[in-house]
Amino acid sequence: MPIQYYIVLALVLFCIGIIGVLIRRNAIIIFMCIELMLNAANLLLVAFSKMHNAAATATNSNVGIEGQLFVFFIMVVAAAEVSIGLAIIVMMFRNVHSIDVNFLNRLKN
Amino acid sequence: MNAIIFSALIGVVMMLGGIVIKNNASIQSLAIILLFILLGSHLAEYYNLFNIHIETHGMLAKNRFGMFFNTIIISLTLLYVLLSGDEIAKAGTYGAEYFALLFFSLCGATILSSYNNLLMLFLGVEIMTIPLFVLTASEKKNLKSNEAGLKYFLMGSFSTGILLMGIALYYGGTGLFAIEAGIGKNANEIQQTLRILLPLGLLFIFISLAFKVSAAPFHFWTPDVYDGAPSVFTSFMATIVKTAGFIAFIRLFELRSVDMSYSWKILLPLIIILTLLAGNITAVFQQSVKRMLAYSSIAHAGFMLFALYNPNDFGKQGILLYTVAYSLATIGTFAVLTKMKDYTYEGYNGLAKSKPVLAATNTIFLLSLAGIPLTAGFFAKYYMLASALKESTRNLWLVIVAVLFAAVSVYYYFRVIQAMYFKEGNAETTEIKPFFKVLLIIIAALIIVIGLMPSLLLDLFYA
Repeated sequence: MPIQYYIVLALVLFCIGIIGVLIRRNAIIIFMCIELMLNAANLLLVAFSKMHNAAATATNSNVGIEGQLFVFFIMVVAAAEVSIGLAIIVMMFRNVHSIDVNFLNRLKN
Repeated sequence: MNAIIFSALIGVVMMLGGIVIKNNASIQSLAIILLFILLGSHLAEYYNLFNIHIETHGMLAKNRFGMFFNTIIISLTLLYVLLSGDEIAKAGTYGAEYFALLFFSLCGATILSSYNNLLMLFLGVEIMTIPLFVLTASEKKNLKSNEAGLKYFLMGSFSTGILLMGIALYYGGTGLFAIEAGIGKNANEIQQTLRILLPLGLLFIFISLAFKVSAAPFHFWTPDVYDGAPSVFTSFMATIVKTAGFIAFIRLFELRSVDMSYSWKILLPLIIILTLLAGNITAVFQQSVKRMLAYSSIAHAGFMLFALYNPNDFGKQGILLYTVAYSLATIGTFAVLTKMKDYTYEGYNGLAKSKPVLAATNTIFLLSLAGIPLTAGFFAKYYMLASALKESTRNLWLVIVAVLFAAVSVYYYFRVIQAMYFKEGNAETTEIKPFFKVLLIIIAALIIVIGLMPSLLLDLFYA
């Protein structure tokens, strides 16, 4: 399959993520949209990794492997981030009994 | 390499130490001892005495600039812990954990000063910011702290998403993650049409890093987060973390700005002016000193962006000088702020009568932030503007605009000085130890010494 398809798919997913972060008001949904952005990047990395590998000469078949390694790092870091993020959201919920980000206006003077 | 390994190690030691040690004073002493060990091990590497070498396959590069920057931020952290250690330990229930998180964050900052590969950029940024989400939200019952934590977390991971997309596109365009100039080893095989992905990816990375250093128009989270976070941690965020973000920024774009040259010379001056505008003009209208300092940190980001725009000798020396000058002054003002009971300007009324030492040192810090001559802040700003003029005289208009905004900034810094010296009132503070006053005087003296002879610091860089 041509690489352009992957690029378009990843960018579409990424844009859905960005739009979701900007217009949704529920903290969990915003969070899911951020994960969607990260996964769009993952998809693109794997696709490019495959593309660089296919384009390389046969003598050097390791080309492109670092793209796939990067994806594992992203997964680990995203998991760490989720654990912190959910803890903060739970703490927020205990205090205000809501996860609507519209409640977040105490700091606007 | 020592700085990275030891800062992570002392974080773990601190964390485990928290199980055994419950007394706040001993926790503080442990943290200070560990920081001295970190500084010692880093200096040992700096002077080639002792070095733990790990083969990283070129992902981390040992360079003089980064090493010197590490020395600066480790020393600043030490100073910060000495000054506000008791406030850190008191910020919540678990004193030792806060120190551990600060050390982990410092570890991320040291990675950012020496990365040579986008994977390390990503890991460094994450290691630096994830502990800060916890620290921002550390006052569990305080709704403002909760809100700041959630906002910081959402904005932080949003910008991480953008960063990763940028890295993925960069990889597509070049076939490698290394940041050195030149297209990858399989350059010929990469289709011509895919080369366009490189500048696009760099643009994404640029936006993401602009989020991290709070450059306009991506600065909107900064005042809320800095205001809501406990004051001691705001001080750390506004100084060490922010300057490390700039070092990461400069490291990448020093090599790669040529790839987005068509927009670089238009985009960056625009961002500098917007940042100066957003920071300085909004700071004028603030009622709370803490929030004013948050906006002023945006304004200072505008000045630090000059080093990114012109990464020549002046710019690189300037960013080191700016790091020292800005961080010393900000750590000092925040240390005084944490001792105040009321964070508004009225809260400072008459401080000079009741606490003359605090008022006098705070005045020096504020003068340095405003960039008045004879303080370190003046030369920091001077080097930044000189870097722009050295690059090309066509930058003159940008320099003039920056000087005008610096003049605006004098207004809101002097409001604090005016409140301390010329207004009647009884400013209430919490208990102040003599040691705290001595440290404040040392910091103020450092600011003046660097202000008189900036070459003292810069000579160390070349020594």
